[in-house]
Amino acid sequence: MYQAIVFLPLLGFLIAGLFGTRLGARASELITSGFLVIAAALSWVVFFDVALGDTQSFTVHLLRFIDSNGLQADWGLRIDTLTAVMLVVVNTVSALVHIYSIGYMHHDPHRPRFFAYLSLFTFAMLMLVTSDNLVQMFFGWEGVGLASYLLIGFWYKKPSANAAAIKAFVVNRVGDFGFLLGLFGVFVLFGSVSFDTIFANAASLAPAAGHGAEGEAAAGVAAGSEVVFSFLGYQLDRASALTVTCLLLFMGAMGKSAQVPLHTWLPDAMEGPTPVSALIHAATMVTAGVFMVARLSPLFELSDTALLVVTIIGAITAFFAATVGLVQNDIKRVIAYSTCSQLGYMFVAIGLGFYSAAIFHLFTHAFFKALLFLGSGSVIHAVSDEQDMRRMGGLRRLIPKTYWMMIIGTLALTGVGIPATVIGTAGFFSKDAIIEGAFAAHSAVAPIAFTLLVIAAAFTSFYSWRLIFMTFHGTPRATADVMHHVHESPPVMLVPLYLLAVGALFAGFVFHDYFIGEAYSEFWKGALFILPDNHVLHDFHDVPFWVKLAPFVAMLLGFFVAWQFYIRDPAAPVRLAEHHRGLYRFLLNKWYFDELYDYLFVRPAKRLGYFLWKRGDGWLIDGFGPDGVSARVLDLTNRVVKLQTGYLYHYAFVMLIGVAALVTWMMLGSSL
Amino acid sequence: MTDWPILSTVTFLPLVGAFLILLIRDESDGARRNIRNVALLTTVFTFVLSLFIWIGFNQAEPGFQMVEKTEWMGGGISYHMGVDGISMLFVILTTFLMPICILASWQSVEHRVKEYMIAFLLLETMMIGVFCALDIVLFYVFFEAGLIPMFLIIGVWGGKRRVYASFKFFLYTLLGSVLMLLAIMAMYWQAGTTDIPTLLTHNFPASMQPWLWLAFFASFAVKMPMWPVHTWLPDAHVEAPTAGSVVLAAILLKMGGYGFLRFSLPMFPIASADFAPLIYTLSVVAIIYTSLVALMQEDMKKLIAYSSVAHMGYVTMGIFAMNQTGIQGALFQMLSHGLVSGALFLCVGVVYDRMHTREIAAYGGLVNNMPKYAVVFLIFTMANVGLPGTSGFIGEFLTLIGIFQVNTWVALFATSGVILSAAYALWLYRKVIFGALTKDSLKGLLDLSIREKAIIYPLAVLTIFFGVYPAPILDVTAASVQSLVSSVTASLEAAQTAAAH
Repeated sequence: MYQAIVFLPLLGFLIAGLFGTRLGARASELITSGFLVIAAALSWVVFFDVALGDTQSFTVHLLRFIDSNGLQADWGLRIDTLTAVMLVVVNTVSALVHIYSIGYMHHDPHRPRFFAYLSLFTFAMLMLVTSDNLVQMFFGWEGVGLASYLLIGFWYKKPSANAAAIKAFVVNRVGDFGFLLGLFGVFVLFGSVSFDTIFANAASLAPAAGHGAEGEAAAGVAAGSEVVFSFLGYQLDRASALTVTCLLLFMGAMGKSAQVPLHTWLPDAMEGPTPVSALIHAATMVTAGVFMVARLSPLFELSDTALLVVTIIGAITAFFAATVGLVQNDIKRVIAYSTCSQLGYMFVAIGLGFYSAAIFHLFTHAFFKALLFLGSGSVIHAVSDEQDMRRMGGLRRLIPKTYWMMIIGTLALTGVGIPATVIGTAGFFSKDAIIEGAFAAHSAVAPIAFTLLVIAAAFTSFYSWRLIFMTFHGTPRATADVMHHVHESPPVMLVPLYLLAVGALFAGFVFHDYFIGEAYSEFWKGALFILPDNHVLHDFHDVPFWVKLAPFVAMLLGFFVAWQFYIRDPAAPVRLAEHHRGLYRFLLNKWYFDELYDYLFVRPAKRLGYFLWKRGDGWLIDGFGPDGVSARVLDLTNRVVKLQTGYLYHYAFVMLIGVAALVTWMMLGSSL
Repeated sequence: MTDWPILSTVTFLPLVGAFLILLIRDESDGARRNIRNVALLTTVFTFVLSLFIWIGFNQAEPGFQMVEKTEWMGGGISYHMGVDGISMLFVILTTFLMPICILASWQSVEHRVKEYMIAFLLLETMMIGVFCALDIVLFYVFFEAGLIPMFLIIGVWGGKRRVYASFKFFLYTLLGSVLMLLAIMAMYWQAGTTDIPTLLTHNFPASMQPWLWLAFFASFAVKMPMWPVHTWLPDAHVEAPTAGSVVLAAILLKMGGYGFLRFSLPMFPIASADFAPLIYTLSVVAIIYTSLVALMQEDMKKLIAYSSVAHMGYVTMGIFAMNQTGIQGALFQMLSHGLVSGALFLCVGVVYDRMHTREIAAYGGLVNNMPKYAVVFLIFTMANVGLPGTSGFIGEFLTLIGIFQVNTWVALFATSGVILSAAYALWLYRKVIFGALTKDSLKGLLDLSIREKAIIYPLAVLTIFFGVYPAPILDVTAASVQSLVSSVTASLEAAQTAAAH
């Protein structure tokens, strides 16, 4: 069964990829989607069996992989609650996106290729979440990167899509650079890359763990400060070695999960078809970083410094992306920045040691963000592939079903619910838990994180409602021709929306008790590790009432400002932008990150490359090396002899002399 | 089977084919067809025969196997052949790629077909000989003589600047060869033998090791090629015909790495340890420098050539990490690079045969009418980038993890290569394959022919196979590498104890 879950998508990819053109588009669609539906159904079985049932975690061994002198990494499927949650998220969203795409892509001539890529992505993502060692995880990690590259650049005739695809891959590679170094660090520290060994030995690296007794204090210091490896000239003891390793691994997570400053690829990735954005750039792949850190919670939990950094990066990203989302006009980019921001929330939770809340938010976010993306795809589909919200408006009555689905997505994203009760949408449970956790946690940066997250919650509400109002309300701003063609999407696209809407509404209510509530330990069964002195799980329930109210107030505030700006007084935002021109441009241009990177990295790299090629290779090495020498040799030979046969003759001649000399030497040597 | 001299058979079988071709008079079209067929059959047969080497190979045995030894030339020089876990797979790689090279030249070589095929068969014998030779003189003869057919291939069937390219090649290799020859003489003088297994156990005095090491280094560094003696490679690749580039990248470059492993490391372990920082520096410079240069290339072959130099940087770095992971990684990287870079040059050859230009700017949008070509090119591009699941990843990963245990600075800089390689490889792919098909000259291009598929598909399959299941290669190399590492470590420890007293 476990093999089927992971390998059915691979089979679908191979069939659609190799024989797609012969089978035809419809057959490819049905085969890949059918396999995914089966995989999704089986994933729910596993979820009930492992997460909600009593089955303990285990590993299915598949095949030998790398085995070199103690470095052993095999292909295997690690099944525990964390994996089960991810299986459900990945396969459910993927199956729905497959089905949705049958409708969304039906004009496209390259459908077999599209569905093959989708299935390839799903397979790689499943390999990632089921890995039982870091190398297989890296395989999945890079595999999803490849699929993302191919899908962003799916419309290969568009230069912007090609550029975005390369950017996504290369920026992710910057993160992978950290991942690889972190992986090497883990191997040096533990002598293994397999999770079981790492987790079993992680406790021995804890600062002062097991050295509590007074009498052992001296021995404890000695053991704790023993140099375990030297990194870049620094002699690191166990604790700092662990911190460095965790930070390097987190760099990988930052790339994949689009955290500042490695976030620049995600908005550009919206060049891909919208179902791709829903699956890869909202629900699954971008959450791989969160998953990775949660999976490695036995390591991260031991390093306060690493967790501090994770919190700061997460909080900054949550805030930064929300500010940029305020002013974007492309419907998909608004949601992309929203994703970026929500991923920041997840990392804040991770940084606070509140892993379960991070995964819970990952889980609920998958439903409502996929819903929002697929809903916006339905909008784009309706208005003849227009993505600029300035040319939409007034679509509410024309596409009511899509409208209501988008409303549900927005309610879930903004976390609508009644504070201090258990009535609310999915985001209400998971997002508010993170905000409350930020207040309750004892981390040094927790207050800052709390403040930034509450502000970001207000921004989230503003840009989400702004999206709804600009798209569906007000007067139509599209051309009459476009408005004439506006149509509701076919059922094949709407049914996935309905199913996701169910998740967006009820996933929080149904599962919060398991993920972060009373049933925590029976649900997780140790898949997430927390230290005994980490009480955030209990403390976040007991925060003051005003803290529980804060995200609610922020949400209302965002809603009313958006309502004021886009319903009551549509001229207000223009006036405001005029007044604060600098700030507006700063936000509109995404804080100028792209320009900065272009200036700092891209252009210097090209200039340096050109310099090294022309001056380094051409002038220095060749000029003083072969070309210079050959010029001298030519002068000489031209004067001394005129050899017709060329240089080959020289060469053979020299070699002969050499062999002759060698033989002479030996004969002399043996006769002596 | 056991006393059949299989290594000599495999080594000299191509010569038999060359002799047969010599008998054919190259005048009619039919004769040319016969020449091609004889060459193909010979190489295929050699390959099939060479598989018996792998089948009969005992991977638990670290020493040399299938040994043949007869007296030759006198004075202790003997005809001595054998393979171990380090050399055996290079023999297979050579015999595997030769039929592909012959097929790749099927239509593109029109004049002097007879001489061309003879040159290739001669080259095959020399290359297999290099990896099987267990006498240093025999090794030297194969090592140097193999260059003659390669010169001819570049010089006669090459592009416009072929004379310059072969000339450059000549100057570089001449320097290295002369020094290596001197070193071989010195070794004979010191140890009294040219027998490699004996030399492997001979302890050269610590004062002598640096000089011998440097002399061998001069030759192998050029072959590798390492920065800064790499500039012959882009020119040689650009001018060589497709099959020439394949052999050059896939096999000739590996002789340098093989040489380091066969001679420098085990015979001069103290000098190797002392010079390791030099190698690290040159490797890291190679990885970053040539990757940056590759980023700016306008010629497809040059770009791939520069990326080869960068990949060889991982090899040298892995070898001189002097631990098992690093060396096994280096071996894997060499074998994988043999498949991948060979395949990339074949891919360039496919479009060069159609368009007769290697200019990147002349292409664009090929995916529109050559989808199969786009797929295989993607696979090799990703292998070049070191994507997990392709063979390119395993070598890169193992060499990096090997060096990380020794020196983290080197690992840090070398790992940055994963970013740069993605940049230049994807840029090339985008410019050639993606985009709209706007150029009129490209509109009539046909996708891969059956012959081209037969050449390229097996390479694609192997690239993925060894990326997912590298065990066959890692298992074969493990025992020999382990014994190499322990002998080097033992020598170093002995030297340290000696120094302490």
